[in-house]
Amino acid sequence: MHPSPPSTQQPSQSHTLNSQRLTVMDHHLQSPGNDSNTQAVKLTLNQVNFFYEDRQALFKIDIEIIKNQVTSFIGPSGCGKSTLLRCLNRLNDLVEGARLEGTMLLDGMDIYGPDVDITDLRKRVGMVFQKSNPFPKSIYENVAYGPRLHGIRNRGQLDQIVEEGLKGAGLWDEVKDRLHASALGLSGGQQQRLCIARALAVKPDVLLMDEPCSALDPVATAKIEELLFSLKQDLTVVIVTHNMQQAARVSDWTAFMYLGELVEFGLTKQLFTTPSKKQTDDYITGRFG
Amino acid sequence: MRTPFKKFLASGNVFIWGCAAGVSVSLLMVFGLLLLIMINGLGYFWTSDIVELTLKDQQHVTGQLAGREVIPRSVTPDRPEGRGRLRVKIGNRDLYGLDFKWVNDDQIVSQTYPADVVLLERREWGNMYGRIKALYKGETLLAAGNEGGWIALAPLISTTNALHQQITRIENIEIGSINAEIESARLKIRAFEMGNPSSPSPSTREGKEERSGPSGLLTTESTERGPIGNLEAQVADAESRYQQKTIELETLRAQFNEHSVVMVDANGREKQIPVGQIIRALRPNEMGLLHKSWTYLTNVWSVLSKEPREANTEGGIFPAIFGTVMMVIIMSLAVVPFGVLAALYLREYAKQGTSVRLVRIAVNNLAGVPSIVFGVFGLGFFIYAIGGTLDQLFFPERLPTPTFGTGGILWASLTLALLTVPVVIVATEEGLAAVPREFREGSLALGATKLETMIKVVIPCALPGILTGLILAMARAAGEVAPLMLTGVVKLAPSLPVDSSWPFFHFDRKFMHLGFHIYDVGFQSPNVEAAKPMVYITTLVLITVVVLLNFTAIILRNHLRKKYAGSVL
Repeated sequence: MHPSPPSTQQPSQSHTLNSQRLTVMDHHLQSPGNDSNTQAVKLTLNQVNFFYEDRQALFKIDIEIIKNQVTSFIGPSGCGKSTLLRCLNRLNDLVEGARLEGTMLLDGMDIYGPDVDITDLRKRVGMVFQKSNPFPKSIYENVAYGPRLHGIRNRGQLDQIVEEGLKGAGLWDEVKDRLHASALGLSGGQQQRLCIARALAVKPDVLLMDEPCSALDPVATAKIEELLFSLKQDLTVVIVTHNMQQAARVSDWTAFMYLGELVEFGLTKQLFTTPSKKQTDDYITGRFG
Repeated sequence: MRTPFKKFLASGNVFIWGCAAGVSVSLLMVFGLLLLIMINGLGYFWTSDIVELTLKDQQHVTGQLAGREVIPRSVTPDRPEGRGRLRVKIGNRDLYGLDFKWVNDDQIVSQTYPADVVLLERREWGNMYGRIKALYKGETLLAAGNEGGWIALAPLISTTNALHQQITRIENIEIGSINAEIESARLKIRAFEMGNPSSPSPSTREGKEERSGPSGLLTTESTERGPIGNLEAQVADAESRYQQKTIELETLRAQFNEHSVVMVDANGREKQIPVGQIIRALRPNEMGLLHKSWTYLTNVWSVLSKEPREANTEGGIFPAIFGTVMMVIIMSLAVVPFGVLAALYLREYAKQGTSVRLVRIAVNNLAGVPSIVFGVFGLGFFIYAIGGTLDQLFFPERLPTPTFGTGGILWASLTLALLTVPVVIVATEEGLAAVPREFREGSLALGATKLETMIKVVIPCALPGILTGLILAMARAAGEVAPLMLTGVVKLAPSLPVDSSWPFFHFDRKFMHLGFHIYDVGFQSPNVEAAKPMVYITTLVLITVVVLLNFTAIILRNHLRKKYAGSVL
């Protein structure tokens, strides 16, 4: 299924390996007990520049996101971390005047390639938003929305997918008796987990989460963080967060971004204990941001 | 330094009072208007007592009091304050020529309410007030005198009313369907002849007449001569059935006019009336409150359910109610898809820029074009261009009689749809703009295409906004008259646009409309005084119809709001 590992150096790109990439490679070698599974690269970003009209929002981003691990993007507001995330499922295509340079590979397939089916891509790369956005439909219909789009009509099959999705999001026990009640009657945390269930129901490879806990109370946040540990068994998770503690708790890898540039990327433990850049150190110790 | 006055101004109380005054004045005007219409309209259904006035010149006036007014002093400077005159509905239009009469106060010697005065509600010539002199069956006397006549009359009226219903049914439905059959056969013959111009049609007709001797021969002939012969046999068959029906009708009509009653008015003038002409006989002065209330309700019902009589000044307004509601429904069916599609394109697909802004301004300005202009456009475009073309293509055998090339309920509805489409577009655009971006992104992120997102998420969420547009459009359309006058409304439509003959919905038919009815009854009627209450009633019914239609839409909207309720967290 997986194509041969991508060549990280595209002919169109500059061949100089910058420091970030070296860091990643270093950590790969250093990370203890790594088997071949954790080594596999899911997403490769190569010299990615992104523009809104004339304004450049991302500068030469190079990241490799490892399969079945949680990668978090941190950084102050407006540093481009959400923009980067939304490039991964091409949601930025909706923005008029948005333009991307460089390459982004998902399992070796160019996300921005000319023959990419965008709905197929988004099926493989699910997303959970900052504001929970369940549709004004029943809980069941929310989860079944994706599978229905992709042509599943069989009632029994849908029931099963809905149950799996809700169980995957840890919501099943709370809502199994009121599947046909409106999703808008759920609490904020439940709504957010419903959105996770909805994303899981289309069986994605990658789950993008854009500050999923920023509007939630600590209890609901804890539940979602717990969920992330089980989710990474099956998927690759990329999470954007404002909250450095959260990044430290949930992620295996952390990328620190500032003003559209990737400042530092590495194993979470390493980045939080011994950052190699002064800016990173200043940010995680709370001196700015 | 702030003076107390400045402080008072700054406190904003004056502003609040001003706002409250604005609201009060608006409410007062609306409720005042409604009250005026209701008082004048609802009073019409009440059967008031019959007064008998004796005048100084020994003349008598019998009728229902319809009002009193004080004669202005400028007209009669020598009279003392408070002199007035009474307006009496004297009916008996066939005797007097007028329904109403003014009687000056100082002419009246006495005013009584005799219990035995009879009110006859008639199919023609309006009400008759008087006493019964005699009741005849043909030439033979059945009963004489007021009391005897009154007792004998009641059962006869119910018989003739039943007969009247039967006659109407035969005339409208049975003979109507036979006529439709003949007409369609005739049109098929015509179409066939037009299709085969070489076939010498006149000679075949002549031939048929020559040879149509024994019926057996005729059938063999018709099979030989193909479809035309068959159709002609059909016509002949229908015509013979038609003859039977006319004979049946003749006997019924004879029964219907068998009895007659001789009425005498207060001054001794006599008038013989066939009982078939009488709808109802009442003695209002004898009736108790309960009886009068019941009569009130039956009056309301008959106005709502019956057809108009006497150039629309009497009888019911059912065809107008039906026409209005049906027109509004067709208009809604036309305007919603168009408006919603246009709004979707403008808001969701078109590139937002100068041209879209210009289109939007143009659409908004369209709402300000005088409605008569839309009427003229509807006449030129829908009726002459589209309707004329349809006639050429599909109904050539009926020409030169137009089918769709003349005003009809479909064209009127489409014209109104054009008139109200800006309202729907604006409301839908607002509804679409109010759908949160998160819903769209959530749907797209699950792999939905833009179209799927539109259909499954965005449009359902925008439905309340769309319905708001529809409510406004319906209210506007139901009250519009000017464009209808050019596109298919008539004073008196012979049949409803929906009936039992195939294909049940006749969109090419002309129709009646409450708004036009108001204009026609109030301003085109020869008998303005008699028509006045009808104007108020029609207005009241029109307002009620609009309110009911709106209520339906509002209930639907609230239901949808509840379904798609709640802001996202």
